[in-house]
Amino acid sequence: MPARESVTAEPSERETTDIAPANDRLSGELSILEAIRAALISEMEREERIVLYGMDVGRLGGIFRVTKQLQSRFGPERVVDTPLAEGAIVGSAIGLAIGGMIPVPEIQFLGFTHQAFHQIGPQLARYRFRSRGRYGMPVTIRAPFGGGTRTPEFHADSIEAQFAQTPGLKIVCPAFPDDAKAMLVEAIRDPDPVIFMEPQRLYRTVKGHVPDGEFEPRFGSVRLVREGRDLTLISWSAAVHLCLAAAEQLEQQGVSAAVLDLRTIVPFDVEGLVRHVQQTGKAVVVHEAPLTGGFGAEVVATLQQEAFLSLDAPVLRVTAFDVPYPPGALEDHFLPSIPRIIAAARATAEF
Amino acid sequence: MAAGQVREALRWMLMSRCLDDLCTKLQRIGRIGLYAPVHGQEASVVGSAMALDPEVDWMVPASREQPAMLRHGLPLASMFASYMGRPEHASIPPDVRLLPRQQSIGAQLPQAAGLAWSMMLRREPGVVLVYCGDGASSEGDFHEACNLAGVLRAPLVIVLINNRYAISTPVSKQTAARQLSARAAGYGFPGTTVDGNDLFAVFAATRDAVARAKAGQGPSLIECETYRVGFHNTSDNPAEYRDQDEVDKAVALDPIDRVRRYAAAEGIWSATEVDAEVEELRRELNEVQRGVAELPRPGPGFLFDHVYADPPSRMLAQRASLVERGKT
Repeated sequence: MPARESVTAEPSERETTDIAPANDRLSGELSILEAIRAALISEMEREERIVLYGMDVGRLGGIFRVTKQLQSRFGPERVVDTPLAEGAIVGSAIGLAIGGMIPVPEIQFLGFTHQAFHQIGPQLARYRFRSRGRYGMPVTIRAPFGGGTRTPEFHADSIEAQFAQTPGLKIVCPAFPDDAKAMLVEAIRDPDPVIFMEPQRLYRTVKGHVPDGEFEPRFGSVRLVREGRDLTLISWSAAVHLCLAAAEQLEQQGVSAAVLDLRTIVPFDVEGLVRHVQQTGKAVVVHEAPLTGGFGAEVVATLQQEAFLSLDAPVLRVTAFDVPYPPGALEDHFLPSIPRIIAAARATAEF
Repeated sequence: MAAGQVREALRWMLMSRCLDDLCTKLQRIGRIGLYAPVHGQEASVVGSAMALDPEVDWMVPASREQPAMLRHGLPLASMFASYMGRPEHASIPPDVRLLPRQQSIGAQLPQAAGLAWSMMLRREPGVVLVYCGDGASSEGDFHEACNLAGVLRAPLVIVLINNRYAISTPVSKQTAARQLSARAAGYGFPGTTVDGNDLFAVFAATRDAVARAKAGQGPSLIECETYRVGFHNTSDNPAEYRDQDEVDKAVALDPIDRVRRYAAAEGIWSATEVDAEVEELRRELNEVQRGVAELPRPGPGFLFDHVYADPPSRMLAQRASLVERGKT
């Protein structure tokens, strides 16, 4: 899989104004953005109960243009611009679901789900439980996130661990176009509420083959993205590509690193994680979220509980630091980097 | 209101008062964990509910609308089960257009707006009536929900029961606004304040709001001015924050007494007949409560039921180990 060459690439590489995807191909060589769009289009054609809505998703087609022209294609009742109110966006999704619709609300950036958290955690995640199954929540909240594009405060925050502590949700974080399309389709069809995390840095730069037709389910199943013998780099979303780039360099240095993509935080594929780490006996977890309480801690706790005797080294974590996300110009110091991953991998391999 | 409707309304109000008495007693002997009485607010709750058609309209409660929920189709046994820790028997039946009580104040409002939105999208004929209180009107969810419902022109009727207190906070400390209904103008739809102790005024205002919503004219806000005669809930002691003479004044304006006097004067329901009805209600409530109390409590596995439609394997493993532990 092609990997982004460096997390420190210049922001000018990022396309900015009025980019429309070239066409609505639903399969073939697609970018992550095109794959997400393909999932939305094919699902909306299949199921008329789906309502796509949020701030700027309709007329503008989304600030990243993921939903460009979908309003003219599916009509203003199915692709809807809402007021600037995340609490109402998520709260109304609960009501829409109760009323028999399949809501796919967009929160403009994952960090702004905090403005809706009281409707996500206490409400969306629990409504089926509270109603003893009477009211299920087939809701998919889509949100871009992740660092590397010099965004203002909140726009890059990785807060998946905060959702992981909220039973009742599913948390999905594809790293590749085929997974992006397959897992968004799976999310929309899932009777449970899903947080679908879209890696904004990679929207247009990561391309891959997206097959035609139906997909095998991928929730709760890890994907070995690169084989290796000496250790397993474990990650999800954009950080998978950092791991791939690090693995290339490690190969030159005589260290063979496998790369494992969790794909979904919840459901968490414990069996797959353990099986792959047992192959190498060593692991490093990489994620963009800060260290303490990050989902990497859950991965490490699980490995030591389930695979203690298979481990030949402590499991290190390469993550952001326990500080607030800094201004965009300084984010490279904050985020996990290829050199830090390489250092941790070498220390682990040499343990 | 026709005579038959007055009888029906009075019966629900009486049932509500009997339920309050019984559930308070049950809480004091440990059969119920916590209970919030409707006492004093019966006209606001029942009058608004009477304007709905349970066959087509949805009701979204806050957590102090017991008689409305019952009228809308919640079985008495389900209601008792929800207070008595038998959640598996507390389900809302599939044909009842009612949501569960909401503990997070105001959270039900955007949900109700979304439900009303779905009815527009599906071209369904009914409306959504959502309850909230004076306290809830300070929450962000109130603002966001009203604003969204307004811009969508959703068929939403918001019944704000201003009972003058949010636990110990009097409405004078809740807001500087003189009337909460005035907020509606800020959202682009009509708001009205009514005497919440006047069953007929509440009914008329709600009926008009329902008609407006059905006609595609969007939301309405109805502020029912009443008084929370009872405690906030069974762990509250109102004597610590309000004077007894204020309560006594409210008791003198009891909404049930008003309807009883009206019904007797109009020959709809005599005082003797009403007393007999109260006895019958007490008997019925007691019988249902006893039946629920005799139901077995669920095993630990129930913790895991209904968390997901399609549970992650990790959760299933936890369930298995808990159930296994329970066997030893």
